[in-house]
Amino acid sequence: MRRFTELIQKLEMSNKTNDKITALVEYFNEADDMDKPYVIAMFTGKRPKRPVNTALIKQWAIEQSGIPEWLFAESYHSVGDLSETIALVLPPPEKSIDRKLHEWINDLSALHGKDDAYKKNFILDSWNSLETQERFIFNKLISGNFRIGVSNKMLVNALAKQSDTDSNKIMHSIMGKWQPADITFDDLIQGTHVNTDNSWPYPFCLAYALEAEPESLGEPNEWQAEWKWDGIRGQVVKRNGELFIWSRGEELVTDQFPELHFLLDELQDGTVLDGEILSVKDGKVQSFSTLQQRLNRKTINKSQLEEAPIGFFTYDLLELNGKDIREESMASRREKLEMVMTTLKTTDVVALSPTVPFNSWDELAEIRLSSRDINSEGIMLKKRDSMYHAGRKRGDWWKWKINPYTVDTVMIYAQKGSGRRANFYTDYTFAVRDGDKLITIAKAYSGLTDKEIKEVNSFVLKNAVEKFGPVRTVKPELVFEIAFEGIAESKRHKAGLALRFPRIARWRKDKKADEINTLDDLRQLLQSTL
Amino acid sequence: MALINFTSKGIYCKQGDFYIDPWKPVKLAVTTHGHADHVKWGNDAYLCHELTKPILHRRLGVDLKIQTLRYNEEISINGVKVSLFPAGHVIGSSQIRLEYKGEICVVSGDYKVEYDGISTAFEPVKCHSFVSESTFGLPIYKWQPQEVVLSGIKDWISDNHDKKKTSVLVAYSLGKAQRLINGLAGYSDIYVHNSIANLNEGFINAGVNLPETIRITADTKKDDMQKGIVIVPPALAEGRWIKNLINPATGACSGWMQVRAGRRWRSADAGFALSDHADWPGLLSAIKATEAEKVYITHGFTATFSKYLNEIGIAAEEVKTQYGNENDEEVLETASEEPKIESQS
Ligand SMILES: [Zn+2]
Ligand SMILES: [Zn+2]
Repeated sequence: MRRFTELIQKLEMSNKTNDKITALVEYFNEADDMDKPYVIAMFTGKRPKRPVNTALIKQWAIEQSGIPEWLFAESYHSVGDLSETIALVLPPPEKSIDRKLHEWINDLSALHGKDDAYKKNFILDSWNSLETQERFIFNKLISGNFRIGVSNKMLVNALAKQSDTDSNKIMHSIMGKWQPADITFDDLIQGTHVNTDNSWPYPFCLAYALEAEPESLGEPNEWQAEWKWDGIRGQVVKRNGELFIWSRGEELVTDQFPELHFLLDELQDGTVLDGEILSVKDGKVQSFSTLQQRLNRKTINKSQLEEAPIGFFTYDLLELNGKDIREESMASRREKLEMVMTTLKTTDVVALSPTVPFNSWDELAEIRLSSRDINSEGIMLKKRDSMYHAGRKRGDWWKWKINPYTVDTVMIYAQKGSGRRANFYTDYTFAVRDGDKLITIAKAYSGLTDKEIKEVNSFVLKNAVEKFGPVRTVKPELVFEIAFEGIAESKRHKAGLALRFPRIARWRKDKKADEINTLDDLRQLLQSTL
Repeated sequence: MALINFTSKGIYCKQGDFYIDPWKPVKLAVTTHGHADHVKWGNDAYLCHELTKPILHRRLGVDLKIQTLRYNEEISINGVKVSLFPAGHVIGSSQIRLEYKGEICVVSGDYKVEYDGISTAFEPVKCHSFVSESTFGLPIYKWQPQEVVLSGIKDWISDNHDKKKTSVLVAYSLGKAQRLINGLAGYSDIYVHNSIANLNEGFINAGVNLPETIRITADTKKDDMQKGIVIVPPALAEGRWIKNLINPATGACSGWMQVRAGRRWRSADAGFALSDHADWPGLLSAIKATEAEKVYITHGFTATFSKYLNEIGIAAEEVKTQYGNENDEEVLETASEEPKIESQS
């Protein structure tokens, strides 16, 4: 596991993609062959089931470190990651063991079904045999939540370089169904298992955000415009009498969306659709917050089916009659997709995502402004003669999003940040006005410059009215414009509503606290999105 | 009556009528060490350790009234016995011991308990009341022994040499820089930024035995720096100066590097948890060794650390000071001092 720990440290320390790829290549050159499929599984988000629950791990760590629970909580707040906090607060190890990564993983999965005393003994003994950095890795292995800033694309590029194999082939091979225990590294790279599995999805083609003016893209007639939907990217795969629905996170979500199961009967074998999973009621796309009620649920009840019915807006065809057509042009794929759609008998659940006709960029800019009316986030632009790329490639697909919603708020609480920012107040809570009261509406971490953070920090130090633990109540004086992507009803929040992806857009030094927005403004906005 | 009071100008000893590390101008500033957050411009007179004197001259100018002491040397100011004890933080750093009618108070400034090979080793001093920093007053901060951290730095440098990268270590001019120079001497040629070279010169003139380094000037060859080690202060860490070097790789040396979030926030290529402040066990052992009846907690995790001390039976109180921004001050001081590098090497 030491070699793997070293890899993680190098990946985390480096800011440059090339250095990260070099670190990965070096790792795959040197690491134990049995370990490699496990590493690929981890980096692509294949999670083993958690063998020990978080509450127990935390409790044992507190016991071992001999600190009070509140101090553990403060430490956690400062570190921002539970696995890391535990690794840091534990006393230094008294022994040392060097075992292979896959041995650790197998030992952990062997804990399933054992009693707590057995588990505790194993975990404590492991902690006592590992250095801080290794412990952190070990804790991450327990949680299974290993996101380390390595995108699939980066991993695939490194593997392609290391094994001198085509990157698309590897991307295809590592996505989907395989178990690290049942496959060798070479077979995984060669993709020997790919053909046998009906579920294989294609890597999604991803768009870059359009930051320049659309005129820079050239002639309007070379481009197809569509609405950009705010849902879950999905790929519907129908092969050999089986139906699979993949989400962008490479998760199989087939069971979550029974509304789409009719496609098993109505789609031809050897068909793969790309599109957006949305909540659609009476033909109208609902807001993301409605869709959210349906996400990541193990079971779905009747009222959820009624309140947030699912639809699928398709915009691309990747496979037809079992043939990969991704190299055909967008225009040709679209034509074939339209044909496929005419063969469906059920027409109200799965629909063709409409194209948006336009003659000039100005006209499209005008149309784009109405995106919100239909719960769209803006416009997608796809080059008519482009192939379907694997992953993100600049130039052929662009998302031209409309600007986020904004609201003027006043800061009412501040809390210190973590790590290097632990000495600065960087986490803020914002309020809007409700009559003569202020009501909390959003919490946001700083989107401010270092200089502004320091300024806010000294304001907090001078204007703290009250403190609860690490939180300071401050005089409501500083006005911030908060940007957000959507708004939803929420019983958990005092305001009765919650903002989606709130962040600080800018510090409005030009405004006073009596000029901020009111809760009524936000309620009106909420009504208009329902 | 208490020997010290926390006032709006700084820590004040009424009986002796002097301040310790004041942040506003006063008649007499007894100074723990030369970091910018502990010594300000504009005091009528300074009292400090003899090795802090060259730093004050470097930072505040030549026209200063400075009286110096050695460690353990005692003088009397208005009947208060004042003496200095090593704080182990940086060269010349001192804990200030005050004694008046049998009452003893120690103001420690910044300190660390591990001997770093260059600053006189920390010495615990028994007292009735003790003023302690708490920069790293959380149990997540536990340092590795210095030789372990240094060997990690050496491995990194040798990996950079193999990959034809220039190793740029980012370290405070006062303290971390001398510690690295001492620890890495003989491993490779060390190139230092002006602000570090200037301080080193002051120390060497005052008799400190510092290994040889090379001051970076407009004539320094980039190729030579690539083969050696470059040390710069934090103000230059993200500037264009570093970008002009051959394949620069930056390594930040700071206690904050202990935590991954800290490593991400400082956008260096590598982070080494090397600190001139006491870690959690260090703070606790130092405080216990004083046997103080009352402990005052200044800059750092003041609220958390004093709460914990009270829970384990040590009477502690959090106090507001203006210490704790040594980095910010250094930014101001060195920002305009980017050395030129010749364009062609
Ligand atoms: Zn200091
Ligand atoms: Zn300090």
